[in-house]
Amino acid sequence: MIDFTLWDILRNLLLAARWTLALSLIAFIGGSLVGLALTFLRLTRWPGAALFCRLYTELFQGTPLLMQLFLAFFGVAVFGLDVSAWTAAAVALTLFSSAFLHDIWRGCVEAVPKGQWEGARVLGLGYLKTMRHIILPQALRMAIAPTVGFSVQIIKGTALASVIGFVELTKAGTMLNNATLEPFTVFALVALLYFAMCYPLSRLARHLEARLNVTAR
Amino acid sequence: MNYLPDFPRLLPYLPDLMAGLMTTVWLTALTTTLGILGAVMCVWQRHRAPTSLFSRLLGMLVELLRNTPFIVQLFFIFFGLPALGLSLSAEMAAVIAMTLNLAAYSSEILRAGVDATGRGQWEAGRALGLTRWQSYRHVVLMPALERMYPALTSQCVIVMLGSAVVSQISVADLTFAANFIQSRTFLSFESYVVTAGMYLLLAIAMRALLNRIGRRLFGFRHLTPAPRRRLSSHVLKEAHS
Repeated sequence: MIDFTLWDILRNLLLAARWTLALSLIAFIGGSLVGLALTFLRLTRWPGAALFCRLYTELFQGTPLLMQLFLAFFGVAVFGLDVSAWTAAAVALTLFSSAFLHDIWRGCVEAVPKGQWEGARVLGLGYLKTMRHIILPQALRMAIAPTVGFSVQIIKGTALASVIGFVELTKAGTMLNNATLEPFTVFALVALLYFAMCYPLSRLARHLEARLNVTAR
Repeated sequence: MNYLPDFPRLLPYLPDLMAGLMTTVWLTALTTTLGILGAVMCVWQRHRAPTSLFSRLLGMLVELLRNTPFIVQLFFIFFGLPALGLSLSAEMAAVIAMTLNLAAYSSEILRAGVDATGRGQWEAGRALGLTRWQSYRHVVLMPALERMYPALTSQCVIVMLGSAVVSQISVADLTFAANFIQSRTFLSFESYVVTAGMYLLLAIAMRALLNRIGRRLFGFRHLTPAPRRRLSSHVLKEAHS
C-alpha cells in the first residue's frame, strides 16, 4: 500500500478542485444563458410564456438536484442515449442554475417601479428601447449581488456530481478516503477547499449588496 | 431510441417508495423543528453578547456551514467524526447534518430580521421592566420571525430537497428507495421520474403547511410586503427630525 502524506492528499484534492471550478463555470455560463432566455421569454406578452416559466422554475426548484442528476445520467440512458458523467452533470447543473437565475432576474425586473415603464411609454419609447435604456440598467444593478450569491450555490451544487461518478473535489475526497482511511483529514481538507472557493464569493456578494443598495437610494 | 416508459411495473414497489417517503418526512419534520430552534438560540446568543468568544465561534461555524456543500458536511460527520471516537448511526448523522445546515442558514436569515428591529427597541423593552429574554422574545424575535417567515419557509423546503443526499450514507429515504428500485428493475427513468414527482408534491405540501402555520402564528400580516409598524416608526422618525 502506498503511503499518503498530507501533501499528497492536498495535492490530489487541489488537482480535483480544478474540475469543480470548471463544472461550476460551465453551469454558471450555461445557466445564465438559459436563464436570460427564460427571462426575456417571460417579458414578452406571449400568453403561454409566463405559465411555462413558472412551471419550469417550480419543477427545478421543487425537486432535489440529486434527482435531476440521476435523471440526466441514468434516466436518459434507457432511451439509448449514452451520456457521460460530464455531460449529465453539465446539463443538470445548467438547467438547475437557469431556473434559480431566472427567478432572481425576473424578481429584479419586476422590482423596477411601474412608473418607469409608464414614463418610457409616455416618452414614446418602444418595448425594446424601454428595456434597453430604462429597465435593464436598473434591473442589472439589483441583480448583481444575488447573482454572485447564487454562484456560491452552484459551486456547492457541483459536489453532487460526485454521486454520478464525476471526479471533482468531493469524489476525489471519497476516493482518497478509501485509499488512506483517514476520513477526518480528507473531508476536513475537502471542506476547507470548498470554503476557500465559496467564502470570497459570499463576502463579495454581501459587499456588493451593501454598496449597490446605498447608491440606489 | 424507441423505448416506452413502463410505469405500471413500479407498482409492486409502492411500499418501498412509501417507506422512503415516510423517512424523508420524519427527517424533515424533526430537523426543521430542531434547526429553527437552533437558529433562534444562535441568534439570541450573538445578539446578547456579540463580542464574546462563543458568539465569534458560532459566527465562524455559521460561515463554515454556509460555504461548504451539504454532502461534504454529511460525509465529514458520518465518516470523519468516528475517527475522533464519535460513532454515529447513519440516521443520527443525517439528523445532525440537516439540523446544523438549516440552523446556519436560518440564523443568518433571522439575523437580518433582527437587525431591522434596531437595538433601541430591545433596550426600550428592558426599560419597561421586561427581562432580557422577555424583551428579546417579544420585541425582537417575534417581529423578526414574522418578517422573515417567507424566507425561512423556502429555506426549510431547500433543506428537505437537500435531504435526498442522505441516501448516500445509506439512510433509507425516498432517494434510497428510488435507487433500490432502479437497481432491482433497471427502470431508472420511471423510478426517478416518479420519485422526483413525489419530492415536488412534498415540497408543495410542505410550503402549504408552513404557510398555514405562519398564518396561525402571525395572522395574515406576514403576507403584506411592508409591516405597518415599521412604516409608522419610520414616519415618526422623519417627523421628529
